[in-house]
Amino acid sequence: MVHLHQMPEHLRNALVNQELPTYETTPWVDPKPLADCRVALISTAGLHRREDPPFAAGAGDYRVIPDDVDTDELMMSHISTNFDRTGFIQDVNTSFPIDRLHELVADGAIGSAAARHYSFMGATPPAAMEPVARDLAGLLKQDRVDSVLLVPV
Amino acid sequence: MGGLAHILESEGIPTTHISLIRTHTEKIRPPRALAVPFELGRPLGAPNEPDFQRRVLLETLKLLERPSGPVLEDFPDAPPASDADDDGEGWACPVNFAPPADDLDDAELVYRALLQEVTLLRPWYEEAKKANKRSMVGISGKTPEEIARFLADMLVDPDGTAPPFPDATIGTGFKRMADDMRYFYTESAVARPDGRTNDVDVATWLWGETTLGKVLVAIRDASMESEEPSLKALAVTAMVPSHQRHRTKHG
Repeated sequence: MVHLHQMPEHLRNALVNQELPTYETTPWVDPKPLADCRVALISTAGLHRREDPPFAAGAGDYRVIPDDVDTDELMMSHISTNFDRTGFIQDVNTSFPIDRLHELVADGAIGSAAARHYSFMGATPPAAMEPVARDLAGLLKQDRVDSVLLVPV
Repeated sequence: MGGLAHILESEGIPTTHISLIRTHTEKIRPPRALAVPFELGRPLGAPNEPDFQRRVLLETLKLLERPSGPVLEDFPDAPPASDADDDGEGWACPVNFAPPADDLDDAELVYRALLQEVTLLRPWYEEAKKANKRSMVGISGKTPEEIARFLADMLVDPDGTAPPFPDATIGTGFKRMADDMRYFYTESAVARPDGRTNDVDVATWLWGETTLGKVLVAIRDASMESEEPSLKALAVTAMVPSHQRHRTKHG
């Protein structure tokens, strides 16, 4: 298993100490009660449907993953070689918990699942991602999404 | 990931997120995050563990019920151990290969050695496809045989090898094809009857014991010294996993 502590030291340091954006304040919006929330998933695992173009290095774009996607068609074209893919090969929910989300809807724990979910490729510099993410916020509102669950890889 | 949370929340959409690298989240201070003690690539913990995955998901969502923030909580439990973690025995690939090709200067020999590996792995690949009901091979749209040809040619004559896709650099083309080939090998390896797999064991076999591994290491070595920017950029971080880089010339 590739836990951080198992990485060679110089690579671990490079990852842990990578340049990160800093924020003076943290924005805060009061959410609806969970049982009423419409929830969208956003993954940074570089996921897409088989017919979509794969992700390219440095691109800040995203792919739409419809809520009723055939998960057998989900691909992962993230550029990094430094995370486990054997888990995702066996079960998409290891990094894209779409079936679990649907179960929580069925149980009444959350209100509903969004019509559309999204995936970025996480190696993208935040500056390249920002304008796209702002645009994405508009799409989420159109879909009446109340809360977003962000899942890294 | 935390940056995305800042942007979406500032646009009025509440966010919560799973954090695999706690130190990053401490610095970025997104509104709500659950730090999990899992392997990179497995944010929900483990495959085929729906109860555990559901707990992680629900704990992350429940952070939305907090009255104020930022909130950074820890998920306390390690994922359920797979059989492979228990017995401490080494992992063996279900296919016995001949030792990887020694002569990497002859494109024809390398091509044939790669083809032989693909042929020996194919029954396991087909089994994996049936068991997982899917395959991630297909990013490049090329067959393993076409990819073997390209890799052998690129290895022996990097400057004489044309980019395989008209819309992409040779680096991007190589990456798509190499990823497909690695998925083909990894999915085959995951198909071992008792399903005992983890990333490092599979990679240690792929990079240490197969001709594909040898070829990809040699291409990485050459790319580090290449004048072609698309290859050089890729070579530094995205050709060989960090835990296998000791096999390369440049580390």
